[in-house]
Amino acid sequence: MSKAPTAAVGFEYAPAPESRSIVDLRASYGLFINGEFVDGHGSSFKSISPATEEVLAEVAAADAADVDAAVRAARQAYNRTWSRLAPAERGKYLFRIARIVQERARELAVLESLDNGKPIRESRDVDVPLMAAHFFYYAGWADKLSYAGLGPDPKPLGVAAQIIPWNFPLLMLAWKIAPALAAGNTVVLKPAETTPLTALLFAEICQQADLPPGVVNIITGAGETGRALVEHPDVDKIAFTGSTEVGRQIARTAAGSRKKLTLELGGKAANIVFDDAPIDQAVEGIVNGIFFNQGHVCCAGSRLLVQESVAEELISSLQRRLKTLRVGDPLDKNTDVGAINSAEQLARIRELSDVGEEEGAVRWSPPCDLPDRGFWFPPTIFTDVSPAHRIAREEIFGPVLSVLTFRTPDEAVAKANNTPYGLSAGVWSDKGSRILAIASRLRAGVVWANTFNRFDPTSPFGGYKESGYGREGGRHGLAAYLAGNDGEA
Amino acid sequence: MAAPTLDHTDATAAATAIALPAYLDATRDNASLRAFLHGLPGVDQVGVEARVATLGTRSIKSTAKAWAIDKAIGLIDLTTLEGADTPGKVASLCAKARRPDPSDPSCPPTAAVCVYGDLVPYAVEALQGTGIHIAAVATAFPSGRASREVKIADVQDAVRAGADEIDMVIDRGAFLAGRYLDVFDEIIAVKKACGSAHLKVILETGELVTYDNVRRASWLAMLAGGDFIKTSTGKVSPAATLPVTLVMLEAVRDFAGVTGRRIGMKPAGGIKTSKDAIKYLVMINETTGPDWLNPDLFRFGASSLLNDLLQQRHKLRTGHYSGPDYVTVD
Repeated sequence: MSKAPTAAVGFEYAPAPESRSIVDLRASYGLFINGEFVDGHGSSFKSISPATEEVLAEVAAADAADVDAAVRAARQAYNRTWSRLAPAERGKYLFRIARIVQERARELAVLESLDNGKPIRESRDVDVPLMAAHFFYYAGWADKLSYAGLGPDPKPLGVAAQIIPWNFPLLMLAWKIAPALAAGNTVVLKPAETTPLTALLFAEICQQADLPPGVVNIITGAGETGRALVEHPDVDKIAFTGSTEVGRQIARTAAGSRKKLTLELGGKAANIVFDDAPIDQAVEGIVNGIFFNQGHVCCAGSRLLVQESVAEELISSLQRRLKTLRVGDPLDKNTDVGAINSAEQLARIRELSDVGEEEGAVRWSPPCDLPDRGFWFPPTIFTDVSPAHRIAREEIFGPVLSVLTFRTPDEAVAKANNTPYGLSAGVWSDKGSRILAIASRLRAGVVWANTFNRFDPTSPFGGYKESGYGREGGRHGLAAYLAGNDGEA
Repeated sequence: MAAPTLDHTDATAAATAIALPAYLDATRDNASLRAFLHGLPGVDQVGVEARVATLGTRSIKSTAKAWAIDKAIGLIDLTTLEGADTPGKVASLCAKARRPDPSDPSCPPTAAVCVYGDLVPYAVEALQGTGIHIAAVATAFPSGRASREVKIADVQDAVRAGADEIDMVIDRGAFLAGRYLDVFDEIIAVKKACGSAHLKVILETGELVTYDNVRRASWLAMLAGGDFIKTSTGKVSPAATLPVTLVMLEAVRDFAGVTGRRIGMKPAGGIKTSKDAIKYLVMINETTGPDWLNPDLFRFGASSLLNDLLQQRHKLRTGHYSGPDYVTVD
């Protein structure tokens, strides 16, 4: 039998773009206050598609007066309707929202990918399904709060000011709004300046669900708007997800006030791979840990700690795998890595990567053609990274992995914990006892075993140290929005 | 022809002829072989299945789909393995392999036909001069429960009749009992009996059950000189699955990486639709790489898949489905 191999022809995937036509994009958007879209009084801004720099829509900015109107609407809704509603009725609204999210899933996913730059595969298969799952989950809690472990009759806090980041606009919205509403609070939510559009689409969903006016208010704007919101005297609760720097400012603002505060901040997670790990799945987990959502993930596994005895093999497997990542049009269903969310973020990723090289780490990226327009950064691995390098310490928030090695379990734990952050970590080993032993020594709010970046509404999520405090998700997430009988949240 | 002697020394000599000196130590005795196979990295079930699910979301449309369908047709081992098979059935299968779509000469032929050993002469007659390979299942297929002499005779008989590919089954009982060297020696003996015929080693993954076992059996078969590793006989459920194929492809990829030898992969049984077939092609493309999208290194063991591919092919060309009456039953 002849063994001359026939010429291998590449399997070129034809473009498979998801249609934009499902999204009814308006030319301009107002603020959503008291159940209606109203004009803002700040100077409006444009939201662009980071993949093409195309202007998607003009968005109103809320000034201090708009913020005040939103908080007043929330207070009124809290006093007059939402806190008086039978808990099961609150649950019905949340179930209704969850169902509408599912019905309009494709629309939400397409707009999320357009505005954020993330691949449609992720917005369609991760962000939006998880968003619906969070609403379903907390809808179920609405009439069972006395079983939340916070005493027989826990009470809502009142008006919650919620500020969310640009990396998971819809999912972070769900993490904030679903538990707040289930517990009986009303909310004023500010989406990030670069990704406001899906929150405004969610406002339409609130209208469609006939949610009483003022229960959910969505105001758009930049840092000033956020500051006005957290400083507003009639806010009872502040929930913030974003950078540690801004989190510190907010904590200062809230200090000495009656405002309760939860912060979900940065991270520099260690993904620890032992020599007995299932290597092929570990490679997938590392890829998912750092290249999921272009690495714009606060719990990203941005530090790979690999046992020296398998480091060479693992890194070469990882490099081979990276060559198959498809970087490009976020709306193409075959895209694995999309666009960097903003020019500003791209500049920071570039700066820190250049610093990594200057400090002596070895930089590697697979060959990949990046589009001419928009904000793009290739998946990148740094090897020969020392714990003293900036790329091993600072959150890059981009598709950049720093690889460090270790020799013993103690060294792995010491290096993993040697960070001001403590949001998440991963452990890869075939040995269950080792996983449990290591996990219990890691100072991180979430420890994944033989997986990474898995989320579920039943599981609490939050940080240690400079990664913030408070938990979102699960029964624990209710505590952020309820006061127990002793009056303490 | 006398059955080959069966002691291990002789089998090892055969292995040396196939030449993997780096692994002679690993295959020296059962303890060494066991240590080697159990030293392979473990397979995490959840992770494998998650990877398969992600690969399954690849959207293969228009030109890519047309390419993939023609490619898949050319990778098929068109198979009939029934007790009721007759010379007539084999003849019509061969006709279908040569011209899968009688109305369209641009449709590629299949890679091979696959039949029981006693029907090989009819396939030889029907496929003369076509370049289509003739695969015979042997070694007391599908259970493999016979003495080694009988298995070897089964192989020799099929090769003598003109089969240029032999699909053998491993002794799953021996494998599950930890008698890895028995399995290894038997593959070597069968390979020797194959002569120049290509050997596909069926692991029957539905009976090995765990992915760890699948990876070990894959390495075992490759070390013993198998030219292809194959998932299933099609007689045991589950037959081929995407996760099992992924684990085997990773073994193939790693084996090529350390030995330089490229082993083929054949998922068989249960692959019925074009959509399934394309998922396999995507998996190869992103695991071993596109070099494996080639009948020398990849085959589908299938009977009903071909007709679905033909219907999809027709749909792409004409814009409408023709229905099952417009493709031939055999």
